Amino acid sequence: MKARVTVTLKNGVLDPQGKAIEGSLGSLGFEGIEGIRQGKVFDVELTDRSVSEAKADIEAMCEKLLANTVIENYAIELL
Amino acid sequence: MKSAVILFPGSNRDRDMIKALEQISGQPVATVWHTETELPDADLYVLPGGFSYGDYLRSGAIAARSHIMPALKTAADQGRHVLGVCNGFQMLTEAGMLPGALMRNASLHFVCKEVMLETTSTNSPFTSHMEKGKVWRCPVAHHDGNYFADAETLKALEGEGRVAFRYAEGTNPNGSINDIAGITSEKGNVLGMMPHPENLIEDLHGGIEGRALFESVMQSLAA
Repeated sequence: MKARVTVTLKNGVLDPQGKAIEGSLGSLGFEGIEGIRQGKVFDVELTDRSVSEAKADIEAMCEKLLANTVIENYAIELL
Repeated sequence: MKSAVILFPGSNRDRDMIKALEQISGQPVATVWHTETELPDADLYVLPGGFSYGDYLRSGAIAARSHIMPALKTAADQGRHVLGVCNGFQMLTEAGMLPGALMRNASLHFVCKEVMLETTSTNSPFTSHMEKGKVWRCPVAHHDGNYFADAETLKALEGEGRVAFRYAEGTNPNGSINDIAGITSEKGNVLGMMPHPENLIEDLHGGIEGRALFESVMQSLAA
């Protein structure tokens, strides 16, 4: 089974990379961008297990390694 | 002072640190590979600078979960001194041994230069024999030194005198909050800092200002 974890910066945490990307899109002529925040995506392939087990396992992975919960939020999606 | 430096794949300031510790303590320095689970007896354990695991995922993130880290946490809980410099500071925050996080420099540039540091607290053994308020120059070399902590953590750090070093006015190289360059743990026996005091310990370096930090630990141990 597969899962997708999306890690994003928490609100209020400065994202200089997002700002730089925003500036670059502006210089390419894209208009009306109100903000860009850069994040990370992890596609996790797991051996078969129940949905509740999979969610619990991936949540533990997020808490322990995939996200730094001081500055990042995460969202889990089972595919 | 007995000291040990912990090595990770991608560490590159370990030799500078070992050299500095040998010169200042006059004793051989132990090295520990990250796959070990036990530490040799030492007064000071150091996580050196570099690019452990190529900064994959987040700087210091993988190293902070390596086999040796539980032993380091135990040593810190027992009051042993732990110093993390640059990538070592990133590991200490990732391991939860120090609060906050080190993010990409606000300029997005890798900075390699000298900055002016102010010793802002003498509350820990690392700075207790240093001069409070003294401004000294120190090299920095990093891409992710932009210290961040939430308002509550910041209030605690400032209120408890745990900001050991600050970039002097106008020299903040990375956008770190409150110009923070180095912080200590609640008990004061863990210090993380972005600048490299180990690179300013002999005349050939152009100055010896970095020695004071290591000598402070030695004096605290002797006291």
